[in-house]
Amino acid sequence: MWKYVLKKLLLAIPVLLGITVIDYIIMSLAGSPLDMMVGPRMTEGAVAARAAQWGLDQPVYVQYWNWLREVLHGNLGYAYKSGQPVADIIGSHLGPTLLLMGVSMVLGMLMAIPAGIYSAVHRYQKRDYAVVSTSFLFSSIPGFFLALILVYFFTVRLGWLPSGGMYTPGTGGGAGDVLRHLILPSLVLAVGVAGGNIRYIRSAVLEILEMDYLRTAVAKGIGRRFVIRKHALRNALLPIITVTGMQIPTLFGGAVIVEQMFSWPGLGQVTWDAVLSRNYPVIMGVCLLSAVVVLLSNLITDILYALADPTIKY
Amino acid sequence: MKSKEKGGKYRQIMKRFCRHRAAVVCLAIFTVLLLMAVLAPVIAPYEPTKPTGKFSQPPSPEHILGTDKIGRDMYSRILYAMRVSLLVGFLATAISTVIGVALGLVSGYFGGAVDKAIMSFTDMVMSFPYILLVLVAAAIFRPGMVSIVLILGFVDWPGVARLVRGNVLSLRETNFVKSDIAAGMPRRFILFSEILPNTVAPVLVYATSVFALSILDEAALSFLGMGVQKPTPSLGNILEGAESLSVLTDKPWLWAPAGTVIILLVVCINFVGDALRDAFDPRNADAFKG
Repeated sequence: MWKYVLKKLLLAIPVLLGITVIDYIIMSLAGSPLDMMVGPRMTEGAVAARAAQWGLDQPVYVQYWNWLREVLHGNLGYAYKSGQPVADIIGSHLGPTLLLMGVSMVLGMLMAIPAGIYSAVHRYQKRDYAVVSTSFLFSSIPGFFLALILVYFFTVRLGWLPSGGMYTPGTGGGAGDVLRHLILPSLVLAVGVAGGNIRYIRSAVLEILEMDYLRTAVAKGIGRRFVIRKHALRNALLPIITVTGMQIPTLFGGAVIVEQMFSWPGLGQVTWDAVLSRNYPVIMGVCLLSAVVVLLSNLITDILYALADPTIKY
Repeated sequence: MKSKEKGGKYRQIMKRFCRHRAAVVCLAIFTVLLLMAVLAPVIAPYEPTKPTGKFSQPPSPEHILGTDKIGRDMYSRILYAMRVSLLVGFLATAISTVIGVALGLVSGYFGGAVDKAIMSFTDMVMSFPYILLVLVAAAIFRPGMVSIVLILGFVDWPGVARLVRGNVLSLRETNFVKSDIAAGMPRRFILFSEILPNTVAPVLVYATSVFALSILDEAALSFLGMGVQKPTPSLGNILEGAESLSVLTDKPWLWAPAGTVIILLVVCINFVGDALRDAFDPRNADAFKG
């Protein structure tokens, strides 16, 4: 088992390096941040000085090499203009994003798992069609539009929930306040998660319900409900784990848009601003972080898979 | 003889498709919307980019969906926006499908180092948060219709590549391909006349979901100002002003119809794709297989 984990980790390193190379190339194609500074208030000399200060006067591969060397020494670099360490920027915005993503994931799976199982157990009945149609609807609503609708009802019409931010300004915040701000954005993301997963879980459970050992179990007369709970669900766990792991990159992407809509102070906002102002070190930091998160979540999925299914050997 | 068999096969597929009543209804709705989009220049009562009435008027007989904040007819704008959004979705899907099929075919058929290289590149693109790639790419090219098509097209292919590769791997083990290889048939013939036609069905089904996703992504990016640019209307950038509370509460005609059209389009495409999956592959003839 440990050998397997180690092997997977070693295999992830070239992929990670590859991702950073692609990032750097794409980013350099995007144009230099210096272009945005040239203006009546900057002399050419000042621009050249900035270029030298940020290392932008060197060829791209040298820049990449310098960046990589610093990263290997544990330094993610410093943001342009503000000069803040990238690690600090990411560190201070990581919490809200993880909170948002975690809550949305749990909420989404809490909707998807019971709905998927319910739908599979009542296959080809009216309730099955209703659940599946709802899941199609869920995965067809654009997140930003759902956000608008939710704000319309819960903020404008009912006045129950705030439409943006993480704390009520002027107050100290507190868990209850954060929770109230969290409901709408996490609901938007959760609907997206549930939409795709209901059908996936439904077909996973259906596949298991057709297995011979389940027919045997039912034939033994231990009761349908018990069979489903004891035998079917345990085995449906495997595909559920896989699909949960696959959610993470999608969820991160969704978070960028949702954070933008609800002005949630997370990494999505940081990314958005960094892309708009071509803040290379920040973009690279976020890309590196997200690549690590995705690769780690793949690894954890593999390990959980091994734990849930004793027949998998490494 | 052969053509008759083929006709029978298509009739069977049609029959299985029609068994999904929801999908048939969706196909009809989609066709109507598509026709409206294609015929927009004929049926739109006004120019989509020219102010033709008073500002922000609610729906009236002259402007059945009202006017926007600079007096343009919303109904005409939505018709043209559908045109743009459907075109972007279609082109992006076409590009990503072509890339995915090509890479998948090569990867699956040749195997070895080529396969490894292509698949690890696919993994890299896949483990990249999608929106991040799109955002960075949108910052490179000037935002606009062409760049959004290219961005979505070059980002969406890994799924297709994996699907095709898997299919090729299993087709390679079938007797008819093995006998082709044994008979010394040219590689081109085997790839394009034997293997490719047998992967068309799953690719088509997959492409419908890419189509739906592309429409959603285009809408989101245009809404945030990174996609199709004004004054060209798209289903996303029409909704741009809807964040403001006064529009949201007092002028629902500015956002409700366009949003409904997006949802309707995407739901219909998804349902049709799902029914196609069953129609092509009767083995897992489960009504809504995931």
